[in-house]
Amino acid sequence: MSTIVLLAVTGLGLGALYFLVAAGLSLIWGLMRVLNFAHGAFFTVASYAAWSASQALASASPWLQWFVALLVGMVTGGLFATLSEAVLIRPLYQRHIGQVLVTVGLALATVALVEGGFGSDPRPVSMPAWMSATSPLFGAAIANTRIVAIVAAALVLLLLLFFLRRTRYGLIVRAGVENRAMVSALGIDVQRAFTLVFAIGGTAAGLAGVLAATYYGTIDPARGTSMLISAFIVVVIGGLGSITGSALAAVIVGLLQQFLNFYAATGVGDFAVVILLAVVLLVRPAGLLGASS
Amino acid sequence: MNARAPLLELHDLRVTIGESQILQGVSFTVREGGITGLLGRNGVGKTTTLRGILGLVPRTGSVTLAQAELTALATYEIVRRGVGYVPEDRDVFAGLSVEENLRLAERPGAAHRYDLVYELFPELRERAAQRAGTLSGGQQQMVSLARALLNADNRILLIDEPTKGLAPLIVKRVADALRRAAEVATILLVEQNLAVAHRLVKDVIVLDQGRVVFSGDVEELIGDPVLARRYLGLAAAREVH
Ligand SMILES: Nc1ncnc2c1ncn2[C@@H]1O[C@H](COP(=O)(O)OP(=O)(O)OP(=O)(O)O)[C@@H](O)[C@H]1O
Ligand SMILES: [Mg+2]
Repeated sequence: MSTIVLLAVTGLGLGALYFLVAAGLSLIWGLMRVLNFAHGAFFTVASYAAWSASQALASASPWLQWFVALLVGMVTGGLFATLSEAVLIRPLYQRHIGQVLVTVGLALATVALVEGGFGSDPRPVSMPAWMSATSPLFGAAIANTRIVAIVAAALVLLLLLFFLRRTRYGLIVRAGVENRAMVSALGIDVQRAFTLVFAIGGTAAGLAGVLAATYYGTIDPARGTSMLISAFIVVVIGGLGSITGSALAAVIVGLLQQFLNFYAATGVGDFAVVILLAVVLLVRPAGLLGASS
Repeated sequence: MNARAPLLELHDLRVTIGESQILQGVSFTVREGGITGLLGRNGVGKTTTLRGILGLVPRTGSVTLAQAELTALATYEIVRRGVGYVPEDRDVFAGLSVEENLRLAERPGAAHRYDLVYELFPELRERAAQRAGTLSGGQQQMVSLARALLNADNRILLIDEPTKGLAPLIVKRVADALRRAAEVATILLVEQNLAVAHRLVKDVIVLDQGRVVFSGDVEELIGDPVLARRYLGLAAAREVH
């Protein structure tokens, strides 16, 4: 029993990180039809910015250090994303191959620059003692970092749903996912919604960058890329443009990986995720909760 | 006949998509008030003309609204100058509710004519919470028309085949709505149903192969079987005669 709880919470924690990256990816694709390969770079830059901030505050209290790092990571992710959209992606409006190339280039360049500046080895992160401790849950000792990631992702999900369903910009984004041209034909500057979506997606990826550092206890220049791949899988399984779909798929993928890697053999879980992706693409090409058509 | 002021003027509008020149220099004037018809056979460029006015397709030439040049503006800026659009495919947002479709169309700073919209289409109030994608074709057309009618500062409405594919009863209601709409804004109407066009329209512009081939009074066009057949096609000519 305690093993199952442990695996479930660990899987959910992983799913939480996937979701935070996938949410922005999904909205960006849904609204702008941009496959944003730079999304992992937002994650990576944010985690290194957060790490640097917490180093600079080494003498402050661990909680203050952590919260400042969290804030720095989110702001960095949001700003980096906004800037990338304005400088690299906007000029290539509707030139999809160009956008793919430019975001792939940005991703590669970012990883190289981070490795140049900080080295390619993982670096340990400091965090409040409570974070690295465990809490008992149904007989299992659950690492608090998992709980933090899950709670944060759940909050982000709620905030995103509120944004999408209850605000005017959310309405614009939902309509824009369906038919961008018609939104502008109603007198709405869709470009501004694009920029906002990039900012939101980058902020969520930045949050994921900081939480992943806490989750794994290290930062690593390569982690953004592997997160991006998992997030792409989550987005496709959940349905492009659907936030609840991404949340659902992130949970499924996280749990599947944990349980099969444990009960079958290491690697089986990751393989199963790829099989699941293939099955979804064949049976429901629009994804679990994607709009079919 | 008192000369009404020109409201919308196109001068040498050209649209090229890929290799094909779809509009080859379209020039016409829509005068203030009433409904002006934009007619022509299938595929002559009526929809492209409306999309060109709105900047939804790349174009050259000039489009002015009340003497103000629109061609350099983005689509959303053109619309904010007071242009309403009812596209050929209705283009309601299927995943949004009726109420959300209308709310999205509300332009900030303008007065919103919900009273007029609900007077013409009371079912939109009853179905406010329904997803627009689950409405019938006629109801979707009502949503699309309502979005254009909603903003009280719209000066001209570009309406593309609003009766296409609708049952006769709904066609009549749409026609009535257009007549009411014409009391509050100028309308440029693309309409393939000649009986409807005949009833609503006074000035007509006829396109053929990307060019204006006729511009004048509707009676002059429809009253002349040879002209009607040449510009509107045989079936269309039979419809009225
Ligand atoms: N996006 C496009 N790409 C290529 N050709 C196009 C495109 N849009 C329109 N055309 C072509 O341009 C011509 C004019 O099309 P348009 O839709 O403007 O005509 P229309 O008068 O509105 O026709 P209909 O009565 O069928 O609605 C047609 O031959 C059409 O095939
Ligand atoms: Mg057409």
